[in-house]
Amino acid sequence: MTAVFEFWLVTYKRVWRGSALSTFVLPLLTVLGFGLGVGDYVDGGVGGVPYLDWIVPGLIASTVMQVAMFESTWPVLSNFNWVRTYEGQAATPVRLDDILGGNLAYVVFRALTGAVAFLLVALPFGALHSWWALTVLPVSLLLAFAFAAPVFAYSSSVTSDSYLALLFRFAVIPMSLFAGVFFPVESLPVGLRWLAYASPLWHGVDLSRAATLGAPPEWSIPGHLLYLALWAAGGYAIARVRFKKRLVI
Amino acid sequence: MANTQPLIQARGLVKRFGDFTAVDGIDVDVRPGEAFGFLGPNGAGKSSTMRMIGCVSPPTGGTLRILGKDPTRDGPAIRARLGVCPQLDNLDPELTVQENLTTYARYFGIPRRVARERAAELLDFVQLAERAGSKVEPLSGGMKRRLTIARALVNEPDIVLLDEPTTGLDPQARHLVWERLFRLKQQGVTLVLTTHYMDEAEQLCDRLVVMDGGRIVAEGSPRELIERHSTREVVELRFVAESQEDFAGKLGGLGERLEVLPDRILLYVGAGDTAVADVHARGLAPASVLVRRSSLEDVFLHLTGRTLVD
Amino acid sequence: MVALVLPRLVSFEGAGRRSASVAERNVAALKSAYWIVLISGFFEPLLYLLSIGVGVGGLVGDLTLPSGQVVEYAAFVAPAMLASAAMSGALSETTFNFFGKMKFMKLYDGVLATPVQPFEIALGELAWAMVRGSLYSAAFLVVMFALDLTTGPRALVAFPAAVLVGFAFGALGMALSTFMRGWQDFDLVGSAQFALFLFSGTFVPAESYPSVLRWVIEVTPLYRAVDLLRGISTGTLGASGWLDVAYLLAAVAIGLMIASRRMAKLLCK
Repeated sequence: MTAVFEFWLVTYKRVWRGSALSTFVLPLLTVLGFGLGVGDYVDGGVGGVPYLDWIVPGLIASTVMQVAMFESTWPVLSNFNWVRTYEGQAATPVRLDDILGGNLAYVVFRALTGAVAFLLVALPFGALHSWWALTVLPVSLLLAFAFAAPVFAYSSSVTSDSYLALLFRFAVIPMSLFAGVFFPVESLPVGLRWLAYASPLWHGVDLSRAATLGAPPEWSIPGHLLYLALWAAGGYAIARVRFKKRLVI
Repeated sequence: MANTQPLIQARGLVKRFGDFTAVDGIDVDVRPGEAFGFLGPNGAGKSSTMRMIGCVSPPTGGTLRILGKDPTRDGPAIRARLGVCPQLDNLDPELTVQENLTTYARYFGIPRRVARERAAELLDFVQLAERAGSKVEPLSGGMKRRLTIARALVNEPDIVLLDEPTTGLDPQARHLVWERLFRLKQQGVTLVLTTHYMDEAEQLCDRLVVMDGGRIVAEGSPRELIERHSTREVVELRFVAESQEDFAGKLGGLGERLEVLPDRILLYVGAGDTAVADVHARGLAPASVLVRRSSLEDVFLHLTGRTLVD
Repeated sequence: MVALVLPRLVSFEGAGRRSASVAERNVAALKSAYWIVLISGFFEPLLYLLSIGVGVGGLVGDLTLPSGQVVEYAAFVAPAMLASAAMSGALSETTFNFFGKMKFMKLYDGVLATPVQPFEIALGELAWAMVRGSLYSAAFLVVMFALDLTTGPRALVAFPAAVLVGFAFGALGMALSTFMRGWQDFDLVGSAQFALFLFSGTFVPAESYPSVLRWVIEVTPLYRAVDLLRGISTGTLGASGWLDVAYLLAAVAIGLMIASRRMAKLLCK
């Protein structure tokens, strides 16, 4: 598995400059443009917390989701259909779990770099209230896994990249807009509120927010962790079946 | 025949890309109804010439007239009467086989109804009718090439340009393409093609030019070229040795000419069997002996000192 | 409109017909999943409007425009969403898809072997992007009207303005694509697009930015688009509206000119 992970790290080395721009500059722009800009107009913050500080953990979780989702959609489809990287790996002594696990580990790693970048950007703005903020990293790790694993299963099942665009349109964007990143889930109508609670992102947001603000989360911590772990494990199991079907003939 | 005006006329035609001269002053006349070939190895300037004739590449120097018009001024009007089959298939992967033809017809301003009729006829012609609704991607290389040829015919062109029409195809697919092109030729369509396969040139071309390094090194019908630049027969000898060169000296005086290739020696002679007997008479025992008629490959070898397909 | 702006480039008749045949190809390519992507494209700005305009709007409350008029936050954000939807719709078709067709599918190599010329390809692709974008804009304006974020007559005026915004970004995007070396360059385009989205007076009035930043922002195309559409939808359009229109028309002309010149250079070597 480490060999496969290393392979992906080597490919990352070739493109990191471009992605460094998006990993660091985009969070900074978001904090400036949205956190500070709109924050100015939010009187009294959210429950006494300044708006900027309130949305930073939400944006971190949202970034982790977007990186994890992006890295497990087009690249996976391309590794199967266009570049055929997996086929090449499957022809070596590498096992199925190594191919899948190694690539997942890389995706989680990419998502983590996004979380680290965001924490570093948020620090000078005083948005991190407690040393607990460091626990954002393990939370992001789990969150990235919870998104990447099921999406690996999805991407290895669809026939056209149009379906990937649909995933972004109907899952990623609605989640990033309504799962408690920009405004409290409580202000949603009841039906939608439950949809938001069901989304993995809300659990990541609530945990991250508790961490950076050093305040208790809205829901139980073990509950959050268990729910995310369920997505990760379930996703992995399905992805494994899909990978096996396509690689072991 | 009143119409002897050439369909394509080039005089001193030059194409340069920066410092590199791809086409170095060539003269070409293509007459109505003939199948005209550019034969040469990769990089000889064939494709650059074809792109200039296709009016998608402005000449750097010389004059070029196609259907009596100037390609730099009348590009759209000329292209309306050309059919182009490029070296690499650029079919539309998002469309079906049939839609590839109908949408292409629309670029020529052909009415939809006519486009549909013509697409059906052409799919029959290239034997793809049963794949009309299929996407392009699952088609084999040969089918894609036939579809590209059909696409080039959708505007009922006066001239069809084919850039290496069978490169990359397996032998069976090649023969099918040749057979279709031969039918077109019989229908009186003017064909201009490039190739680096001498058998293709011999099969299809009434007249051809041999290109090397951007220049034309010989011109004529395949038969004329062979008569002019080679002997009637060729003996191919293979010796089991480190180098064929060692044996070349011992063959002196046999035949008109001798070419030493890395894996065999070619002996150019009038009568093959006599020459083989002479070889044996000298006490030489080649591992294999093949007597064949001269081909364009030999013409090319003679003119440039190199083989066509490396 | 485009033909009026660029009479010299359209040097002979038939250009319109040939451009249309390029757009027609895209209609033929509309299939299965792509349809859903196309139709669902409308929901994206709507979701943004509901999340930011209504959700965050609940935290922000009302906003005072420079004209002194007080509007609810959703009414402030909605025209900006309309503008950025027109932008991203036009850009996705004219950058990502256009580049893919040009460089990877080699589609235009085939088209250029026909009487169709580079300028006509650019115009046809742009026209197609606009058909798609205009449908989104119209639907979004209907929603704005239904949510009482603008009035009927204002929405009717805003529609052609939104189409113009789409044309401007489409032409600029196409010109930009001809300079792209590979897919990784699109990361830069995406980042730039995101920066425009955040800072073009989209979520807060540009007046609240530091003055240096404000001058930079005022020359960017999305700011001009937001200024125009917000002026129309809130009924506060001043003289700057004419500047916006002139700016966007110039963007269409310059973008198309660069795109067709560069295409001729790239494809007719």
